[in-house]
Amino acid sequence: MSRILTKRELVKDIFEMVVEAPLIASKAEPGHFVLVMPEAKGERIPLTIADFDRDAGTITLVIMVVGTTSMKTTRLPVGGSLYALVGPLGHPSEIENLGTVLMVAGGVGTAPIYPIARRLHEVGNRVVSIHGARSKGLLFWEEKIASVSHEHIITTDDGTYGRKGLVTEPLKEILENDREKKIGCVYAIGPAVMMKFCALTTKPFGVRTIASLNSIMVDGTGMCGGCRVDVGGKTLFTCVDGPEFDAHLVDWNTLMKRHKIYITEEKCSLDKYIEEAGIK
Amino acid sequence: MSATEEKKPAEKKKIVPKKTPMPEQDPKVRGRNFDEVPFGYTPEQAQQEAARCIQCKKPSCMNGCPVNVDIPAFISLVVKGDYVGAARKIKETNCLPAICGRVCPQETQCEQQCSLAKKFEPVAIGRLERFAADYERENNLIELPAKPPPKGKKIAVVGCGPAGLTVAGDLIVLGFEVTIFEAFHRPGGVLMYGIPEFRLPKKIVEKEVEYLKNLGVTIDFNQVIGRSITMKELFEKLGYSAVFIGVGAGLPSFMGIPGEELGGVYSANEYLTRSNLMKAFLFPEFDTPIVKGKTVCVIGGGNVAMDSARTALRLGAENVYIVYRRSRAELPARAEEIHHAEQEGIIFKLLSGPVEIFGDERGMVNSIKCQEMELGEPDASGRRRPVPKKDAYFTIDTDLVIISIGGTANPLLTKSVTGLELNRWGNIVADQNGRTSLPRVWAGGDIVTGSATVIEAMGAGKKAAADIHTFLCEPDPAAAAWR
Repeated sequence: MSRILTKRELVKDIFEMVVEAPLIASKAEPGHFVLVMPEAKGERIPLTIADFDRDAGTITLVIMVVGTTSMKTTRLPVGGSLYALVGPLGHPSEIENLGTVLMVAGGVGTAPIYPIARRLHEVGNRVVSIHGARSKGLLFWEEKIASVSHEHIITTDDGTYGRKGLVTEPLKEILENDREKKIGCVYAIGPAVMMKFCALTTKPFGVRTIASLNSIMVDGTGMCGGCRVDVGGKTLFTCVDGPEFDAHLVDWNTLMKRHKIYITEEKCSLDKYIEEAGIK
Repeated sequence: MSATEEKKPAEKKKIVPKKTPMPEQDPKVRGRNFDEVPFGYTPEQAQQEAARCIQCKKPSCMNGCPVNVDIPAFISLVVKGDYVGAARKIKETNCLPAICGRVCPQETQCEQQCSLAKKFEPVAIGRLERFAADYERENNLIELPAKPPPKGKKIAVVGCGPAGLTVAGDLIVLGFEVTIFEAFHRPGGVLMYGIPEFRLPKKIVEKEVEYLKNLGVTIDFNQVIGRSITMKELFEKLGYSAVFIGVGAGLPSFMGIPGEELGGVYSANEYLTRSNLMKAFLFPEFDTPIVKGKTVCVIGGGNVAMDSARTALRLGAENVYIVYRRSRAELPARAEEIHHAEQEGIIFKLLSGPVEIFGDERGMVNSIKCQEMELGEPDASGRRRPVPKKDAYFTIDTDLVIISIGGTANPLLTKSVTGLELNRWGNIVADQNGRTSLPRVWAGGDIVTGSATVIEAMGAGKKAAADIHTFLCEPDPAAAAWR
């Protein structure tokens, strides 16, 4: 169980792993997440399910190396196993035919956007994807996103590929041009700061905007409350009430501060691991 | 031995008024380490304490035990020096004696009922239980009881905490096939994530769980029933004849005051889980971090609050406050836990209620504002209600706040099934045998009662296990009828 079947580095420091998990695959829906623990002394982190194959009994995880846990996980060999893999957790995405949907994916957020876009595409929506990365070399799953999109707009911060600029620019233009109000919903998944600015961009247009939060968690089943987030003045738990929330109601500044609670410890832990593992 | 030959109860024996003390770590030393606080009895001390038992003809102590341990019988075996026999006598009805000997609130159970307690200190039943179990384990004398032939019926237990372990232990020895499904990667539930190492060493939990595994219990980790496997699948696809739900307490409550979102503000659940289960107290050897505070405020006055405060102390805090709304008399924690906390220098800020938490520009907590309280009329719980004093505020500079005010039922499993009756707090409705509104589904422990004790969960597990046995093996129409 939880055996790693394939692993490849999609772009620098972003890995795709296909993991044997027949029970999770049998229940997974777009929007669900899993908790991963790479080894017995490791930490538990949430990862959104990037894809699943019920017949093969596998799920796909896309992991960006940012700290000890992601580095340990992505360094596990093919044929090796994750120490713990729990899921599927959280509420799945609400999928319905809304006419046109805008899918905004930033960086590693491309991975969780994909199964949601695919399902929205399947049920008859016109899917417009805005697919952003910092630079050409960091953009991944271009073909997969294109395959589930009627329109696929690529942006890079440095202009090395697609349109130069941030995802919020085409987002704003599309909404401005949507005079007939055909856009039923905007999905924004990526770094918290990107989601925050997507929410600020869509708010004046009054279009429903959903974000998938990546809070720090321990158990992922509602028990610890570490993933609590202020949504419309109410304290909700990302793990059992989310992970998707109305982006206009999320208190983004608090969420971003909570992401940095362990910044000192994270550095200490990563430095130690890099030294011990002899990583250059 | 006939009744006439039996030795007369030692009525004339002069009773030692006080319990034989159990040696423990010096408070100044132990406040800085995670080793267990009491050392346990030596055989001599155990003998001395066991000799205080007057072997009542009608022992009342057993009435106080939720799992009906034959207390006089095991104590008399200790007197005879048959410590292993004593351990096995306990294990006839309690599969987790080393745990119960440590964490049961004996003062409100068996020891409260002890005949000696009317005039003297009761027999230290808990310490003797602990001694017998430790003796057997430490000397590698644990033996498995003989098992009856397999019954060919499978039981699913959801949750590997005290309730689930008890159900598993009781049913495996009756010949059922038992699988425990556990959401975490380690067994034990609250015994592992909640109760700290210095009160219940995790190697003891592991050993008691290992005993159940050796008896044939299977534990399937990382499974969230209702998610990876549904309740329906347990019956229809996997062929279980009965399901016991013992998923424990649930979501932690917060106070709803400003500043609770700050870094360095934890629920007690999160703080203890990070430290106990994830071993954050050994960071960076273990990867899970934990915020360490120099001045720590724990909000609440229960056992979990005491555990949190004492953990914070061991993680290097200089000042640890328990902030509690009522007075000392209303503290819900066990007297022994309060005593241990005080010995270690925990400061009790009684009649104090937090009103706001403040933080720095990084979003980390730096102070907490509290309001003084006085006691008013008794409320629905029968305890005197704390009433805020007008304009009486004080502030504590603090870098760690742990909120330990209980919680609500976890909806993860209960929401995944239709037809399972819940009360208005979201707890599962179960009868005295643990039967729920769904046929072949039993429940017990905190998911039924709300936050309670380890031994009460075990007691519920014991009743459910007996009823599952009756239901599946004595199919008379009355027993088989569900409600």
